[in-house]
Amino acid sequence: MSDSVQQVEQLVGQEYRWGFVSPVEADTVPKGLDEDVIRLISAKKQEPDFLLQWRLDAYRHWLGLAEPHWSSAHYAPIDYQDIIYYSAPKTQDRPKSLDEVDPELLRTYDKLGIPLKEQELLAGVAVDAVFDSVSVATTFKAQLKKLGIIFCSFSEAVREHPDLVRQYLGSVVPPGDNFFATLNSAVFSDGSFVYVPKGVRCPMELSTYFRINARATGQFERTLIVADEGATVSYLEGCTAPMRDEHQLHAAVVELVALEGATIKYSTVQNWYPGDKEGKGGIYNFVTKRGDCRGANSKISWTQVETGSAITWKYPSVILRGDNSVGEFYSVALANHFQQADTGTKMVHIGRNTRSTILSKGISAGHGSNAYRGLVKVLKSAHGARNYTQCDSLLMGDRCAAHTFPVIEVKNPAAGVEHEASTSKIGEDQLFYCKQRGIAEEDAVSMIVNGFCKEVFKELPMEFAVEAQKLLQVSLEGAIG
Amino acid sequence: MLEIRDLYAAVDGKTILKGITLTVNPGEVHAIMGPNGSGKSTLANILAGREGYRVESGSITWFGRDLTALPPEERAREGIFLAFQYPVEIPGVSNLYFLKAALNARRKHRGEPELDAMDFLALVKGKMADVGMDEAFLYRAVNEGFSGGEKKRNEILQMAVLEPTLAILDETDSGLDIDALKAVAAGVNRLRAPDRSIVLVTHYQRLLDHVVPDQVHVLAQGRIVKSGGRELALELEQRGYGWIEQEVAHEPLL
Ligand SMILES: Nc1ncnc2c1ncn2[C@@H]1O[C@H](COP(=O)(O)OP(=O)(O)O)[C@@H](O)[C@H]1O
Ligand SMILES: [Mg+2]
Repeated sequence: MSDSVQQVEQLVGQEYRWGFVSPVEADTVPKGLDEDVIRLISAKKQEPDFLLQWRLDAYRHWLGLAEPHWSSAHYAPIDYQDIIYYSAPKTQDRPKSLDEVDPELLRTYDKLGIPLKEQELLAGVAVDAVFDSVSVATTFKAQLKKLGIIFCSFSEAVREHPDLVRQYLGSVVPPGDNFFATLNSAVFSDGSFVYVPKGVRCPMELSTYFRINARATGQFERTLIVADEGATVSYLEGCTAPMRDEHQLHAAVVELVALEGATIKYSTVQNWYPGDKEGKGGIYNFVTKRGDCRGANSKISWTQVETGSAITWKYPSVILRGDNSVGEFYSVALANHFQQADTGTKMVHIGRNTRSTILSKGISAGHGSNAYRGLVKVLKSAHGARNYTQCDSLLMGDRCAAHTFPVIEVKNPAAGVEHEASTSKIGEDQLFYCKQRGIAEEDAVSMIVNGFCKEVFKELPMEFAVEAQKLLQVSLEGAIG
Repeated sequence: MLEIRDLYAAVDGKTILKGITLTVNPGEVHAIMGPNGSGKSTLANILAGREGYRVESGSITWFGRDLTALPPEERAREGIFLAFQYPVEIPGVSNLYFLKAALNARRKHRGEPELDAMDFLALVKGKMADVGMDEAFLYRAVNEGFSGGEKKRNEILQMAVLEPTLAILDETDSGLDIDALKAVAAGVNRLRAPDRSIVLVTHYQRLLDHVVPDQVHVLAQGRIVKSGGRELALELEQRGYGWIEQEVAHEPLL
């Protein structure tokens, strides 16, 4: 317990050092979306003309698209004219102290061992705390800079490195890719940008963990990570603590580019507000994540632990273009109460001897519904391609559901594709066995669930793995019995 | 310390135990024998408090307290251990982690400090040597992919680590080769102490060659129909259960 408190504190400490606080704009654009709103967003961000044009093209394309309804999720129609597409963080209607925050949320923070200061930030309390680690931030930035690594907010990248942004933006997820990605392209607010130059191995995990200004960028986030030839980088996204957020719709885009011999590891812990026990409220998380193994011998690995949001649609994918490139997808998705999780991946094999591994662990509890949707596509060019897919579902109780929709398209006869699937229930016999050894029921449940997820957790960076385990435990409280 | 009086118990609504009376005193070893389906596992599960097993009438007292009022995890922490006839697999959870959680739950209950990883490792390695288990088993998932004999040894290892006050072994000797049987017997004998008791549920008397019981009870159709010393086990071995069942059939049922 105290170990992980320490770890959280360390992480929090790290984050402050990274000091990404974007300038606070005071004003807000009116509700609704038209070309003027987009021009306004772009102007406020002082963007170069190419980006404004890019946004406008996306918007015009979006007007001709229909909202998709192919997933198994059920939700009320979204009124896109009822959304504010650009707003500075609100300060006036934020809670003034933790006393005004939902006690349920505070209880969760306590269980996760989150220090008070951090609780205030996460709960959106209007604190004017000054994080006085400027010198540390400088050291950290200097260290990255010496290696030529760029790690900054997306807006900053647009200002400071417009050529890199122009070269790679939309090169993995084109602006017209799908309804939500297109909307994001038109109106994206901010996000992160990473560039690791040739042959450089990034010496630390890059993280947006507890990023102080995350609230402001939340709704239409845009992330772009480029690993140049022979570069290596590990990026952590998310936060185990449930964040307060007034936006219901989140439509983020993440693009990864791995050039020859490069490796990108992208880990996510997502725990946005899932709605209450009756299924009211909660965030819709419709995100497009895709990686492009553009060069030979490159590798992209997605690892995710999804416990939050009311509805999640998320299919981190890898395009295996370069010969011998490797794509991996490791996922734990939990759906409790009335949550609906529809996640999976796409592995598109184009280059020779490309390999992909998919390991998906879905946990359903309460009235939760969990779907795995996967596509393994092997093109004619992909001689010697290999895929291994394993999808396991764990059911807790008998009101929840698990579905798997694996699609396999193989155009190259020499490719090897293997698929394994299992569905199991947390057994009365397993629980009794644990209890007969003196282990309390809640501990037994979390032990069994963590055991089920172990192969995925071991892909997470150490400190994330510890947090993820605790997160599952908290998310599953009361799921049995 | 354990007193069962005129116990009637049902599994999923069906009455299986029909009037069991049995007293187990500290330091005693009791063997419970009987044909398949006579209710041996039911009795073991009732004592452990398994869900779905319900006491209909009669009483079970544990050091003067009503045992049936305690949930299963409390009974375990109080020192009641059941070696399962069919040990359960828990994928992804290492034997080491599981055992440490179990031992610390018991220690905490007794107000003893929990053992840290180092101390626990030292303790468990010693016990493994006693049971004749390779240390590699510590890092494997609980019972997953274990052979029948390995699962039974693992139960004995857990028993050795937890040092229960009352150990109930449900056919731990079934299906074992002679080496494994001896390891199980040695594990039980090591546990024997003036303040501990053991209930051996078994089918065969061969375990009793190695663990000498104080009393042998024969269970048939949910009742103890005969009790005696270890010579009763030998007699059963020679004559089978048929004669006992016949004797029972002639007795008026209540
Ligand atoms: N879940 C159950 N539902 C109904 N009957 C059961 C159940 N479990 C066991 N029984 C019955 O109870 C009787 C005793 O079983 P058990 O205690 O396992 O016997 P033993 O261990 O002596 O072989 C058997 O007739 C068996 O079929
Ligand atoms: Mg039995």
